[in-house]
Amino acid sequence: MEILGIVWFCLIFVLIAGYFVLDGFDLGAGVLSPFVAKNDQERAIVRQSIGPVWDGNEVWLLTAGGALFAAFPAAYATTFSGFYLAVMLVLMGLIVRAAAVEFAGHDKAWAKLWNILFFVGSLLPALLLGVAVGNVYAGIPMDANGDYIGVPLLGLVTPFTLLTGLLGLSAFILQGASWLMLKAPLDSPVRARAKGAAKVAGIAALVLFALVSVYGHFVIAPELTGVQTILGIVIAIVIVLAMVFCIAKAQSDGSDLAGFIASSAVCVLLVALWAVSMFPNLVVAGAGDPITLFGSPASGENITIATAASSNLTLTWMLGITCVGLPLVLIYHFIIYRTFRGRVKVEDLHY
Amino acid sequence: MEQFLDPALLARIQFALVVIFHFMYVPLSIGLGLILAINETRYYKSRDPKDAAATKFWAKIFTTTFAVGVASGITMEFSFGTNWADYSRFVGDIFGAPLAAEALLAFFLESVFLGIVLFGRGKVGPKFYLASAWLVWLGSCLSALWIIIANSWMQTPAGAELSADGSKAVLTDFFAAAFNATTLPRYSHTVLALLVMGAFVAIAVSAWYMHKGKHAEFARKTLRTGVAVSLVATCCLLVSAHSSAVAVAEEQPTKIAMMEGHYEEGTLPLYAVGLVDEEGQSVIAPIELPGFTSWLASGEFDTVYPGLNDLAAENPDIVVEDLPVNLVFQSYHLMVALFGLICVVILIAAIAAFKKNGKLEQKKWAQWIMIVCPIFPILAIQAGWITAEVGRQPYVVYPATSSPEGVQLLTNNGVSASVSSVELLITIVLFIAVYAIILVAWARLISGFIKKGPVEDLEGNIVDQGGATAIAGASAATAAASAASDSKKEAN
Repeated sequence: MEILGIVWFCLIFVLIAGYFVLDGFDLGAGVLSPFVAKNDQERAIVRQSIGPVWDGNEVWLLTAGGALFAAFPAAYATTFSGFYLAVMLVLMGLIVRAAAVEFAGHDKAWAKLWNILFFVGSLLPALLLGVAVGNVYAGIPMDANGDYIGVPLLGLVTPFTLLTGLLGLSAFILQGASWLMLKAPLDSPVRARAKGAAKVAGIAALVLFALVSVYGHFVIAPELTGVQTILGIVIAIVIVLAMVFCIAKAQSDGSDLAGFIASSAVCVLLVALWAVSMFPNLVVAGAGDPITLFGSPASGENITIATAASSNLTLTWMLGITCVGLPLVLIYHFIIYRTFRGRVKVEDLHY
Repeated sequence: MEQFLDPALLARIQFALVVIFHFMYVPLSIGLGLILAINETRYYKSRDPKDAAATKFWAKIFTTTFAVGVASGITMEFSFGTNWADYSRFVGDIFGAPLAAEALLAFFLESVFLGIVLFGRGKVGPKFYLASAWLVWLGSCLSALWIIIANSWMQTPAGAELSADGSKAVLTDFFAAAFNATTLPRYSHTVLALLVMGAFVAIAVSAWYMHKGKHAEFARKTLRTGVAVSLVATCCLLVSAHSSAVAVAEEQPTKIAMMEGHYEEGTLPLYAVGLVDEEGQSVIAPIELPGFTSWLASGEFDTVYPGLNDLAAENPDIVVEDLPVNLVFQSYHLMVALFGLICVVILIAAIAAFKKNGKLEQKKWAQWIMIVCPIFPILAIQAGWITAEVGRQPYVVYPATSSPEGVQLLTNNGVSASVSSVELLITIVLFIAVYAIILVAWARLISGFIKKGPVEDLEGNIVDQGGATAIAGASAATAAASAASDSKKEAN
């Protein structure tokens, strides 16, 4: 296995982790919006807290998708076409959500529609991305060309993938709640409600993480090396600690920044654990979850770093582009988060 | 009925739908991005609150449009994997890199600095704000470069070879692939057309205010900006259009033949309008200038180009009866005809904008021509793309004259095997529904912004700045100074 392939395997997961942390909080804020914001002003607080940054956050997903296409075309082709209807639902969600975030403040007549679409459009990706992760990990039936041959959409829903979907959703919500705690005005009801939501989401995430870990390790049972197993256990322990810290933070007063850092760590580590237990596979071929509504037909070969990687020349060029681009991206993010640091001010709102 | 359930056709219909929708908003945002940046530069120099109001006016229109461009752009990036899995497997080694680079080097730049333009007026210094406005526009131009690199590679592949097992194209030379035979002509042609688009929107908004007798100063300034940008862009466009046509004639013999309805070997005539009789294999046209297209494409009136029948005889992939010749012919000629109309509009707008004591801008007919003028560039842009993309059929990766042997793919061989017609029909309906809602919402918002105009915002803007400086503290000291000077100027 070429070193460049391994580097790109890691970079893809770094991009996914960046997406989970950053778009995680604004998707989470969207899912939470009907529950933490009860009037126009509170909804404007939620929108303003993500307003200047959500668009840049979403670019992480585009970058991860583009990088997967460039570095491992076979994995990109198999997953996006295999999960066709699910991907389309995610897309529709992201589309209506983009419109909702930008239009809501200017369009009073349609405000109700935009509020609903902001919620639905955030919920769809927040739930379905986890389902996709579950499928890639547990295995999907595919033919020799790598084309998915299971039942469209419904074939992707099994107890395990439902659990991973819900785990993802709870992590998105925890991240969104932590962000709102950090950004909402100190004395606003939005912050108080976000605190309550963080506690519920944190506990849910803890329980779901335990279930996914047990199910994933003992029932799905991928073949792991000793190093992978030990690394996986260490990461899992840190995830549990970070989750407990988030729950504790949601109950006490104190720095909201620490809570947000801890929930961001949960996001990063969940992706890291996924990466460690996938290596060197990108998409596992198999019958998947043994408990399923639809019997799965015979399967092809796993899509691995070695079978899917682009040529060394392409990967080298991509690495060069990343070495230029990624530091720039980090600088842009530093600039924008610094410019809009601090809590949302009620005086700044336009709604 | 059966052909409507052909997955390849449905996948093409869906892609055409989503890309046409996407490509209504992208031209607007790249074009208006320049108008916005020019406006902010004017404000930076004048510190006249009216210019700040103008920037805010354009920023609102720009952002609303940009948001739809972003939303529909995500679809495009994922469409290759969802609908064109075998295409993705074939071209991934080359085609994925520009997409990733576009996101990393352009999208982040655009979206982050747009956040500053939109929310940062009172939070960053004036110089930084001005730089942000230009960076947003720069980012959008860079993203156009990367996506046209990718698209041009599909038209004229280069810097690649067929893999040993024949399953995919493999990169051999990055620069040759990126700057293939058509990248630069097509990039300049596209971006210039988009600038005309933005400038025409500026002209139309100005003419609307002249018609309504409102915002006279804004209308005058904006009209001049629009005329200046569109005039320069249109002149450059002549050069880029010529180089694009030359590149097509040299590299894509079936495309140039379809553009002119050219079935048998011979010189290429020039038609202003016409109709291709696909069954009779001839062009019905009132006026025909023999050899003129040959002259435009090669400099010689007697350069002979092979006809579609000759090309089909050499290449079993090409079935003359199946080629959409009339569609390519019509969209190409529509684009050229619209270019003529665009030149006329610029002439009228220039007289209205710059002639001293001119009465033209008061004439109702002149106002209305300028009000409806954005329809010409948007149609021309769409027609141009249809020419380019339908013109490469039946290939998705076109075997151009200078392309490496074997690096080619038929469109029908690029689709996703795992996606059924039923799934495609469901998503086509979904896209139409969602995009229709967004289109209506966007149009309502934009007309609301235009109705409100830049003046009411003027007050809002100063209030915003004052409010922001009151609480933003030290970082906004410069903004406070500028707000103070704004109100002083206004008092004077």
